[in-house]
Amino acid sequence: MKRLLVASILALFASAAAAENVKVGALYPLSGNAASAGAQTKAAIELAVEIINGQHPDVKGMPGTGLPGLNGGKIEVTFADHQGNPSTGQSQALRLIQQDKVTALIGAYQSSVTFASTAVAERYGIPFVVGDSVAANITGRGFKYVFRVTPVATDFAYNYLDFLKDVAATGQPVKNLAIVYENTDYGTSIADTLRKVIKERGFELTADIPYNANTTDVSSQVLQLKDKKPDAVIFVSYTADTILYMRTLKQLDYRPPVVIGDDSGFSDPAFIKNVGTISQGAVNRSAWDIGKPGSVTAKINELFKAKTGFDLDDTSGRNMQAMFVLADAINRAGSGKSDAIRDALKVTDLKPDQLMMGYKGVKFDDTGQNTLAATYLIQLQGDQYVAVWPARSATAKLQIPYKGW
Amino acid sequence: MTFIQVIAGGLLLGAVYALFSSGLTLIWGMMNVINFAHGEFVMIGMYLAFLIVTYLHGGPLAFGPAATAFLFLLGIIVYYSLIRHVIRGPMLAQILSTFGLALFLRYLAFFIFSANFKTLPEDLLPGVLNIGGILIGVPQLVAGIVAIVLTVGLHLLLTRTAVGSQLLAVAEDRQAAMLMGIRPDRMQAIAWGLSGAGAGIAGALIATFYYISPTVGESLVLTGFVVVALGGFGSVPGALVAGLVVGVIQSLSAYRFGPVNKDVVVYALFVLILWVRPEGLFGKAGA
Repeated sequence: MKRLLVASILALFASAAAAENVKVGALYPLSGNAASAGAQTKAAIELAVEIINGQHPDVKGMPGTGLPGLNGGKIEVTFADHQGNPSTGQSQALRLIQQDKVTALIGAYQSSVTFASTAVAERYGIPFVVGDSVAANITGRGFKYVFRVTPVATDFAYNYLDFLKDVAATGQPVKNLAIVYENTDYGTSIADTLRKVIKERGFELTADIPYNANTTDVSSQVLQLKDKKPDAVIFVSYTADTILYMRTLKQLDYRPPVVIGDDSGFSDPAFIKNVGTISQGAVNRSAWDIGKPGSVTAKINELFKAKTGFDLDDTSGRNMQAMFVLADAINRAGSGKSDAIRDALKVTDLKPDQLMMGYKGVKFDDTGQNTLAATYLIQLQGDQYVAVWPARSATAKLQIPYKGW
Repeated sequence: MTFIQVIAGGLLLGAVYALFSSGLTLIWGMMNVINFAHGEFVMIGMYLAFLIVTYLHGGPLAFGPAATAFLFLLGIIVYYSLIRHVIRGPMLAQILSTFGLALFLRYLAFFIFSANFKTLPEDLLPGVLNIGGILIGVPQLVAGIVAIVLTVGLHLLLTRTAVGSQLLAVAEDRQAAMLMGIRPDRMQAIAWGLSGAGAGIAGALIATFYYISPTVGESLVLTGFVVVALGGFGSVPGALVAGLVVGVIQSLSAYRFGPVNKDVVVYALFVLILWVRPEGLFGKAGA
């Protein structure tokens, strides 16, 4: 009896000594123009951490849950607000690393901010998991500490054009395309890729319109579109500007036959809530699907809705997924040491049933890009998005042409 | 045809710039204070409109006057609680105090309303007018006309009424005005009230066609400063003309040279005008 007591006390001490909490820094735009997306993402990351730390035992199957590898250690997240500004992103990354002593980073929504802050992480040897920034140039700089879970611009560009080819096959003429994009890394990198792929696939680019996402008025852009009459318009926009575009399309009474929105602004819950009724038929990309009642994804969505009042969206979902990928690596590393986490990330191999997003898996190549990332296309019908492409994952029929209001 | 459409859009946008900026220019003209929180006053006007529509089911006739009255009061409160004390301090103290006020109001809005974007319902001021092929949204048209009427009204108030004369007297010479029995404190408080009211109604008008967010003031206030400087510091008619000019130039250059370049054109013109006429279009030289 006495021996047992001593043993258990010893065991208690042993586990207390080994229970090491791992500090993760999260960089997101919590104020500024993308603050609403930032706030959603923050809630999603917090939920992911709750699940990982074992507070929601009914969510099963997410990798790293309970963190057995840490012997009772937990993950602690410190959030930093970079306001959508790359230089603030750098200084906040530095602050998280030097003052808060985080050993891994996650972020950062705007590609331009991710591009700048990953460079800081690389310099300090801190692994940085990129959840949702898609600009091509974030990977491929020879960095050893940057891992990107999301699909990237090239993947989307091919998806859009394949989709448009399928639309053309239904009899709706699709030949002349327009791209309208915000002029920082996010918009320009997708536009560059689109331009290349449009040419490659034999489509014509009739309007190429960059703009500043902080703009107060977009009527001249819409008038340019109205003049050029493209068969399809692809918007690469953040939230505020997306709302302005949808309102201005209505005000100037112009309905492009096909409207594609590249995630971000079109995925922000504020989009459906504010301009959903006048954006009927807008096509968006998403790797997130709530799924059947009772499924893991449905449970996650329930928890998220209880927390925020909104359904989980693609952007927050991809960041949440990234948090699970990081947790999986931390768990396997069994420690909060940056290099151990980095080595564990390097050999990540997650299967589709371990993921909440519709990727084909998570496996990083030498540049740190997830080679199994994928997406599908959804369309706004009524007050929600439904999967319409590719045909094998569609849950509703594509409605063409764009109805608007 | 598109060309005329672009100009029409620019004029309507410019009218709202003018209303927004006239309050800013009034404060500057009265007491040489730059109110960095002016954009946040507009933001508060927008949220008031949103609250009244959402919870009281009021229309523009309810939230327009409500925002005006509320911001008039807020202007006076800000004057008595903050500005009156820092106005005797160094210039830097004034700048930092209004800047601090701006940050306080902005983050208070984050705290109360969260960062999520809001808009007023689409059917609040429905409809698009088609005037010979020129499409003009009813909200923009209402906003533009009300803005011009109010800006002209403010100018008349200043130049044709006793209160206006007293306001201008204080601006001209505080000591002399006091000797004439005018209370400068009260006059300056009224100026802050009027300035706030202008921001409030501008916010309510803009809310009918624009998104609402805690940071919306930030994107508006910069244009406001350009309009004030271009029109001439302290000149209400100057703000009106400059607002319209900036609106049209923005629209035209966005259409002609691409939206990313519109601010290049606006600011290039701005620098050019200040170079030729540092006092602005309507400013008094040496003022």
